[in-house]
Amino acid sequence: MKEIALHILDITQNSIKAGANEIRITLSESIPDDLLSLTIADNGKGMDAESCRRASDPWFTSRTTRKVGLGLPLLKMNAGLTGGGMTIDSEPGKGTTVNATFGYKHVDRPPLGDVSGTIALMILSNPSINIVYSHICEGKEWSISTSEIKEALGEEAVTDLTIVRHLREIINGNVAEIRNFQTGYDKY
Amino acid sequence: MEKLKSLADLKRIREEAKTKLDLRVRGDNPEGLVQVKVAMATCGIASGAKQTMDFFVEELDKRGIGAVVTQTGCMGYCYAEPTVEVQLPGQESVVFGYVDRKKADEIIEKYIRMVNWLKASYRLTMKK
Repeated sequence: MKEIALHILDITQNSIKAGANEIRITLSESIPDDLLSLTIADNGKGMDAESCRRASDPWFTSRTTRKVGLGLPLLKMNAGLTGGGMTIDSEPGKGTTVNATFGYKHVDRPPLGDVSGTIALMILSNPSINIVYSHICEGKEWSISTSEIKEALGEEAVTDLTIVRHLREIINGNVAEIRNFQTGYDKY
Repeated sequence: MEKLKSLADLKRIREEAKTKLDLRVRGDNPEGLVQVKVAMATCGIASGAKQTMDFFVEELDKRGIGAVVTQTGCMGYCYAEPTVEVQLPGQESVVFGYVDRKKADEIIEKYIRMVNWLKASYRLTMKK
């Protein structure tokens, strides 16, 4: 995957497939610690220890439409390339938490990409799932969630195509505000 | 246009746009909404399904076609990603392969719009 945003889009599909009704996505960046951390936590059906161990094996998948499952292996590879890594915590019936860490300044770290667009699209296409996105940057935090939007604008608002464009703008603006690095890193 | 900063801004804008939207949905598509499902598994995303979905969301809205755009999983056609399933109201769904922005534009104009137009003119003829 070329962008962190695409990894988010990809890994949350697992959570959706697992029947989660709440998915928490946390992106945390810190230049002093040279760390970018992505956490996706869901309350889906979870995995047993064996599936959890094999989840990052490309030849393991629970689906039947094809024989490979590359989402987690690709994330693990990308994280590993930058000196980071990936952990999966899961308990059957409780949910799954995937955490990936990247070396922030590493030349192989994918750029964040269109995170705001990704979150907006996910909110639009999964109206029954509460998607919570938090962006943390050097102690400052901003977050948005499906339930928050529904509360402010009404239930049907999240499936309205016009909302997505505006939502993207809102996420973009607020995230840009807390990512005020002045070092040029905000482009990546 | 002013910059949107919070959900409160969005609420105001939405209220202003609401009447326009209701008219559009009813006028263009009396029998229901067009459903567009973009396959968004690892294979789809790696082939650019996000750009395709962005395009559908933006253009269907701009061109005033009442539609629901959602993500779906892999349909097993990984070699033909990005794949998109389009279901028009009262029709069998159709799966399109290799859908980049250009093809998405064609789907909107030559499939969704055309079928809608044919149906509308058929209804008109029947009335006469």
